[in-house]
Amino acid sequence: MSTTTARGVAQPAPAKVSKDRPRRGLGASSTLNFWLFTGPFLIGLVIFVFVPIGWSIYLSFFEARFTVSPSEFVGFDNYVQILTDADFLHSLVTFTVFAAFIVPATWGLSLGLALLVNRLRFMRAFFRSVFFLPTACSYVAAALIWKMSIFNGVRFGLANTVIGWFGVDNIAWLANPDPPWYWLVIVTVRLWLQSGFYMILFLAALQNIPRELYEAAAIDGAKPGWQTFRHITLPQLRATSTAVILLLLIAAYQAFDEFFNLLKKATWGQPPLVELYKMALGENQNYGVGSAGAVVLTMLICVVTLFQGKIMGFGRGDESK
Amino acid sequence: MSAMSSNNWSRRSLFRAAAGMAAAGTLAACGSNNGRGGGSGSGKNLVQYFHAYGEAGTEQAIKKYAKAYTKANVTTQWITGDNFEQKLFAALLTDNAPDLFEFHPQIQLVKSGQVADLTDIISPVKDDFNQADIASHTVDGKIYGVRMIDDPQFFFYRPSLFEKAKVKVPTTLEELIEAGEKLTTSKVKGLFLGNDLTPLERPLIWAAGADTLNEKNEIAYHTDAVVDGLKQLRKVFTSGNLLLGAPADWWDPSAITQGLCAIQWCGMWAMPVMQKALGDDIGIFPFPKVGSAGKPSVYNGGWSMFVNAKGKNVDAAKEFVKWLWIDQKEYQEDWSTSYGFHIPPRTSLAASATKLKTGLPAEGVKLFTDYGHFDNIGWTQAMIAAWDDVMANVVRKNGDPEAALDACDKKVNAELKKLFG
Repeated sequence: MSTTTARGVAQPAPAKVSKDRPRRGLGASSTLNFWLFTGPFLIGLVIFVFVPIGWSIYLSFFEARFTVSPSEFVGFDNYVQILTDADFLHSLVTFTVFAAFIVPATWGLSLGLALLVNRLRFMRAFFRSVFFLPTACSYVAAALIWKMSIFNGVRFGLANTVIGWFGVDNIAWLANPDPPWYWLVIVTVRLWLQSGFYMILFLAALQNIPRELYEAAAIDGAKPGWQTFRHITLPQLRATSTAVILLLLIAAYQAFDEFFNLLKKATWGQPPLVELYKMALGENQNYGVGSAGAVVLTMLICVVTLFQGKIMGFGRGDESK
Repeated sequence: MSAMSSNNWSRRSLFRAAAGMAAAGTLAACGSNNGRGGGSGSGKNLVQYFHAYGEAGTEQAIKKYAKAYTKANVTTQWITGDNFEQKLFAALLTDNAPDLFEFHPQIQLVKSGQVADLTDIISPVKDDFNQADIASHTVDGKIYGVRMIDDPQFFFYRPSLFEKAKVKVPTTLEELIEAGEKLTTSKVKGLFLGNDLTPLERPLIWAAGADTLNEKNEIAYHTDAVVDGLKQLRKVFTSGNLLLGAPADWWDPSAITQGLCAIQWCGMWAMPVMQKALGDDIGIFPFPKVGSAGKPSVYNGGWSMFVNAKGKNVDAAKEFVKWLWIDQKEYQEDWSTSYGFHIPPRTSLAASATKLKTGLPAEGVKLFTDYGHFDNIGWTQAMIAAWDDVMANVVRKNGDPEAALDACDKKVNAELKKLFG
């Protein structure tokens, strides 16, 4: 179809003219479309994210016990209290231990699953679905299954039944902090829940690696397996790995459901969000100190994320590789 | 062209349908699942919060009582999960707060103006209530809640297993520990004290001859006998004779009915289920005394009904509370004895409740009367949480009892200062 406007060329038929005119409705204005599709989300973002953050910052400077409409200004007292609170500080240690376990473990497992699924010649869709399905499960439901069925402390719990076959006595996985078996329960439930999602990300990245790279490496004498994985696959997955590690780290900071449900009334294994929940919404009902803690935690997440991005080059783009 | 037109039409239709669904969803959300009544009946709409009782039929019973009330539409929020307190506290700060709710008497609810004064509806029948219940709901002469049920908690045990192991009913904490050891076999643990041992906190304090707070609202739990009791509990915890990590916690009778333990700490509410499962092979005894100056103790727990003072229908809520928990004695007896066993707080009802007059329930009532301790209204949720930390750090984590109690003192004193100045 000609679109020329050169003189002497026959003008398009009226019907064609009308086809080229801007259409009414959804196509009328890209600005309108933009607001139509992003507006509701922006409104939601403002109402459910920015307003609460602003209110939280406001509350953090007030004495706010049993109320979210306080009147007594206390300056930085709440910040001093939360930063000298042994439980809150210990929760940051808990987070560090948790992140040290869960981030590399999930990264390794999801990458391993992606490599396995990627190599499958048949039933790939089936296994991809099988590994992805746990992502749809609620953290609360999974935590309760882990707590009540698999890792309960009685003889008919699944884990105790299995170790019983080898003559090992029952273990109180969650009731006794010494030895800290509760980490096994917490890490496995989260691995089960989130590995499938990250596997999909790795799978997409693996399928984007040009086959020519492997063919060229083979011609150059590279052995398939570890050598090509180390020198071709892993470097090609760098951007995805960086994003995955960033997401895992943020998810670790946000850990709440499984800790809250698995370790009730414990003083160990309490990540920051559980401590802040107990401080603000739990028994203490201290919204001022809880809000100060939330602000501190938000700033900490920002700093760690920026630091991690700086180290791993997140956002630099392909040219910086 | 026609195809294009059709696509345009589809997108518009889709958009309209989506907008329509969103609007319908919003309207539907306004009308459902918000805890408010449908408004089809006469009078006000009231919302009441209940935690999920474990006994079968309780939810239906509460809803049946509410339905029988004609002056308001009463909707019940039956809150499952074991964080009822947190859900309630959070809800009380919002516009969707319940008009009335069950909870335990705690002074912070009074000080923060969250519960209404119910003195006027209770006063006429005040003398017919258990006076300890009245005292535990009173601040500065005003009564802030109506007790619905009293729930004594003690040890349940299997007499047949005691006989087989030649064990006598323990009267001291040392004897309890010894009994746990003798009763433990490869399949049955001697003792089940709850997965986190927190239900024993107050019974331990009382059995050691101490108290949570004294009359002047000062710390009364930090004594040598309590420290010794904590040390002994640590021994039990590490002995291998304690059932840990049970799928259902202490308030559920399944650990003892399934043969997982010989002795279980539980409440009188579970007695009918235990009797059904074990027949006569079930007995009870109080928390044994701790130290030479101690004496046996029973925790008189229970639930009370409060009216949200900041609610929109305070008078209507008070009227409903009066109707159900003061006037309707038939429902009160039904609530106390038809599902689990509870002791009615009305002395006249407690005396006439036939199911509590003989056998094991009567023994439970006797332990309640002889050794029972009621909650102090000044002992708040924050103080309970501070003591939960003591139990976790000392008994489960092998921390120093004195250090843990010192840390607890600091938290409790800060709370006392905020509440009483």
